[in-house]
Amino acid sequence: MTDAPEFDPKSYAQVMAAALGLPLPAAFAPAVEANLAIAFALAPLFLEFPLPDDQEPAPVFTAGSVDP
Amino acid sequence: MTAWTHEPAHAIAAAVRSGQVSARQVALQHLALIAGRNDELRAFTDVTRDRALAAADAIDARRARGEALPPLAGVPFAVKNLFDITGLTTRAGSKINRENAPSARDATLVARMEAAGAILLGGLNMGEYAYDFTGRNAHDGHSRNPHDVARMTGGSSGGCGGATAAGLAAIALGSDTNGSIRVPASLCGLFGLKPTYGALSRAGAFPFVASLDHVGPLARSAMDLALAYDAMRGPDPRDPLCVGDMGPATLPTLQAGIGDLRIARAGGYFGRTGAPEAFAAVDAVATALGAAETIELPEAHRARAAGFIITMIEGAALHRERLRERAHDFDPEVRDRLIAGAMLPGQWYVAAQKFRRWYQAQVLRLFESTDLILAPATPATAPLVDQRTFVLDGRELPVRANLGIFTQPISFIGLPVVSVPVWPRRGMPIGVQIIAAPGREDLALRAAHWLERQGVVRSPVAAA
Repeated sequence: MTDAPEFDPKSYAQVMAAALGLPLPAAFAPAVEANLAIAFALAPLFLEFPLPDDQEPAPVFTAGSVDP
Repeated sequence: MTAWTHEPAHAIAAAVRSGQVSARQVALQHLALIAGRNDELRAFTDVTRDRALAAADAIDARRARGEALPPLAGVPFAVKNLFDITGLTTRAGSKINRENAPSARDATLVARMEAAGAILLGGLNMGEYAYDFTGRNAHDGHSRNPHDVARMTGGSSGGCGGATAAGLAAIALGSDTNGSIRVPASLCGLFGLKPTYGALSRAGAFPFVASLDHVGPLARSAMDLALAYDAMRGPDPRDPLCVGDMGPATLPTLQAGIGDLRIARAGGYFGRTGAPEAFAAVDAVATALGAAETIELPEAHRARAAGFIITMIEGAALHRERLRERAHDFDPEVRDRLIAGAMLPGQWYVAAQKFRRWYQAQVLRLFESTDLILAPATPATAPLVDQRTFVLDGRELPVRANLGIFTQPISFIGLPVVSVPVWPRRGMPIGVQIIAAPGREDLALRAAHWLERQGVVRSPVAAA
């Protein structure tokens, strides 16, 4: 297993903004990058927690019913 | 003359029922206080004066005819401005949404409060689109804490906190996705109820994170929360999540005491990353309730992280087009979090939702041997309105992202919580969460009411 490359919020934000058509003027960029850094620091806490493949996600959709 | 603005909802209702005061007189006193205090507090964004007086007159007319009055007769209430109010545009704290057409009907909870006799006074300020723990708002001004106007109310139900603590309304309805009822309740010295996920209808309330959105009341007594909750509960075909009664009514057993309740305090994650007063408040409540045992909510730090990421991604999905087309019309503090959320991988969302169900199973197991769990509501008392960081356990952390660290792992799995206000010997109030199993709002409210009767928790109206 190789270590993930160090996360670079600046380049990530630029690539994603361009790909998704999101605005990222200079005035927004530092705060967006700071929020990405927080997210990338938090996500491993649950991503790296081992769960079985058949662990059901929380939301449960039901197909409903109709009156005959 | 009695200042009805300083009385709790149950006392107002009793006085209106007995004829000690008219509903109109109560409404007029509240409207006058709003006129006098609101410029400073930035609590109300819309005041429904004509509607309030018409409703009050109708209550008084019913009494004059000898009719039995409903449980909240004449009680003034107000709602976070994400709830639809007929004839008003639902702001949801935003600039963009105020271009929408006025609402054609009331939110379900507004209608149910009025059916119970309560008098709607208007809409309340909030953090934009509810993505907020501070009560700051770039468009309508920052909500101010009535107990110290240099300090924030907490959010995102900031106007709910300010209005109720200042006596501008006896009950406020807010929403709580990650802590937005419990954080302002804590910082403003109020009782707040975040019910079980799905227990109260969200119909006609502008959404934020459908997976986590709750709605509920803030008030100045536990009995007022019980009155409001019982008046509002019940299924609603307009909200597919609100499918039935999820537990007993809360008023019938409110005064049953705590003798049969097994109460523990949460340790580990809930015992660190906070100011001393946060833990001293839990100590005071735990001692009064005889909660000697400490239990661990397993992996709560991961739950908080997963809730944080679900919020970023669902929030961004809701506002995707507005971010692309109207980014400059957002509150910058909200916009930049939403844009970041729009950039996160979809697989994270699914992983977070899987973790959510795993964590839920672990925590529900704790309720086999415990009825109530105590935890801090916020890591600190109210920061200054413009304060960006605070120091917790020696680390400087952003206020906006961290005021909800103790509330987020609880709403993440939809447990009912009553936040109760503790007052240190000096300074500002701080809340303690009383957490129950799903559908057991009755037990949390019983404990809150008992603590209030013992004088351990209290919610005075702030001095003007």
